[in-house]
Amino acid sequence: MHSNGQFLKDVAGFLGSYYTGLALMNAVAAYLLWRRSKQPALALAWTVFSAAMMILAGLALSGEERLVPKLPSAVTSLVNQLSGPVLYTLGTTALLTVLFVFRRFFVKPMVAWTILNGMLLLMGLSMADANFASIVMKPDNVPIVGLVFLLAFFTWVATKQAVVNDDRIAQGLPPMEKLDDEKVLVWPDLVYTELICMVAVSAFLLVWAIFLPAPLEEPASSVKTPNPSKAPWYFLGLQEMLVYFDPWYAGVVLPSLVIFGLMAMPYLDFNKKGNGYYSIAERKFSYLTFQFGFLELWITLIILGTFLRGPNWNFFGPFEYWSPYKVEVLNNVDLPQMFWVNLLDRPLPRAPQGSGTLAQIGYILLREAPGLLLLGAYLVILPPLLAVTVFRGFFAKMGFIRYMVMSNLMLLMLSLPLKMILRWTLNLKYLVSIPEFSLNF
Amino acid sequence: MAIGETIRNSQIWKSIFRHPMPLDRRNRIVVMLTNFFLHLHPVSIKKQGIALSFTWCMGGVTFFLFLVETVTGVLLMFYYRPTLEWAYNDILALRDVTSLGILRELHRWGAHAMVITTWLHMYRVFLTGSYKPPREFNWVIGVILLLLTLLLSFTGYLLPWDQLAIWAITVGSNMARATPFLGYEGPGQQLLTVGGIDMITDGSDARFGLLGARFVGEETLNRFYVLHCIAIPLAVALLLAIHFWRVRKDGGISGPL
Repeated sequence: MHSNGQFLKDVAGFLGSYYTGLALMNAVAAYLLWRRSKQPALALAWTVFSAAMMILAGLALSGEERLVPKLPSAVTSLVNQLSGPVLYTLGTTALLTVLFVFRRFFVKPMVAWTILNGMLLLMGLSMADANFASIVMKPDNVPIVGLVFLLAFFTWVATKQAVVNDDRIAQGLPPMEKLDDEKVLVWPDLVYTELICMVAVSAFLLVWAIFLPAPLEEPASSVKTPNPSKAPWYFLGLQEMLVYFDPWYAGVVLPSLVIFGLMAMPYLDFNKKGNGYYSIAERKFSYLTFQFGFLELWITLIILGTFLRGPNWNFFGPFEYWSPYKVEVLNNVDLPQMFWVNLLDRPLPRAPQGSGTLAQIGYILLREAPGLLLLGAYLVILPPLLAVTVFRGFFAKMGFIRYMVMSNLMLLMLSLPLKMILRWTLNLKYLVSIPEFSLNF
Repeated sequence: MAIGETIRNSQIWKSIFRHPMPLDRRNRIVVMLTNFFLHLHPVSIKKQGIALSFTWCMGGVTFFLFLVETVTGVLLMFYYRPTLEWAYNDILALRDVTSLGILRELHRWGAHAMVITTWLHMYRVFLTGSYKPPREFNWVIGVILLLLTLLLSFTGYLLPWDQLAIWAITVGSNMARATPFLGYEGPGQQLLTVGGIDMITDGSDARFGLLGARFVGEETLNRFYVLHCIAIPLAVALLLAIHFWRVRKDGGISGPL
């Protein structure tokens, strides 16, 4: 690691152009607000912001410790201290919930623009931190930064249209997409659009390839294990699940279920509304289920696994140095231990010496009875129970098989957050632990 | 222009393009019907079906990136030998010696971008409810294409044969060791024995089938190379053809009824 002064000199050029880009972006926005939207007051506000970004650009270009704009160390160390898997997961859940509930407010262009600028500014200030920059600027991590902004942008685009459509449908009007019903010729209207897209993507890819070299580390060595060893970024959500489940479930069964569940989706969603246009109100259940699985479980876990998991898969705050010597206390307990030893104050049931296979299996079942009963209740009793209560309408419309597939997929998806909560609150390691058959859950 | 006129009236030109330039309505229709590459499209389309705010253009971009990966991939194959002796050195040479030294960057960043655009495309399809009847099965094909895209990226990740590559693949493929019944550390593999001899060992389980060895080695490199350059791209090409064909047959791009 080089000194912080040297680091700031190294990133001065990048940060300078970053803030300049921010300034230009807002100058264009201000111009459009002034000329196109005739809102001089707003235009003035963004001009001031743009000028402020130019000043930041100058300060960043200096590369001087005392001038480069950055977050105060009190803030960064507080963030490091506070952040952990629990706060991260609860925080992202709360954030997504707020964004969803108040979506009418957040889709307003000026609000979204302010948030975007806030995010970009925060990103720039954080980049002046050597630890933050070293993780975010890792070549293979750059696409994930892009993914976060792209997802935010496109979710905004979709939600904005859905809000408008939901209002129209509530008034008995057809969705916006219905208005442009007239037909146009594919040549030139679509063919030219495609050509422009191709040129734009090519240009973007060329610029990316010129400015960011592909990573190449030392030659492969099967004896030198890097710490941390990470899978490719798109599998890091699965790797993060290994904290809570054994590989057979987190690495094999759950991903297979994700693929199966995605394929089954069109056959389970019996709602005929919302076909071919953006809408949330008309399909709230499928929308929320999908977003919970995609944004909350898949994307946020990838971000956690990529940016916040360091050596030994320990959690590190965004501004924390990835020390391989950080020690985390592991005092997780299995459910049988909790039930027999801690609660009933008895030893774990164990087959007497020399008993037959059947007796041994019987004792294992007895030992694991609490977990097995809980799991059985969760997967076998809960679906029919839900069918006559919360999901009564669903069950009537879906029929037995489709309902059972849907409810079991839902329950298995929820097994992840439930296991997380059990781990955080009760330090539960496994509900069922049968090392005799490599079966831990 | 006289030269342009001469070319367009020549026998060669007319043998390739069997109609005049698509400047009027009739010829703009004809061009869509007589050009092989354009006939994937319908002749006319609803205006909202090509609005960028509706489509995000992400399916098209994904396909374009697949073409970029194919072209840069073929060029990379000229320079790269998938053996322990050469793999890493060839990548070094690609960076330091070869002209157009951004070939690998284009391929790698294109691959990352393709994973992202595939997700965004599916995200759009979900948010517009476009997987609903009659497009259910095309969504299923799309999910398989997603899986194949991830596998393409995963198999390609190993080929530079550096520390990043083998350890990412080691971590990823270690999961297969725990496959229920078929992985030698998986639950239930103890049940698959014949006459007291284990059927599932570290030399016969799912992970061995994936890697071609007990650990990530030369056999794995060869196996992933063949999967990456031949097997998976062929499967993707076939499924893409079906995917596009079904878009047309299921009524074109979705829209409100």
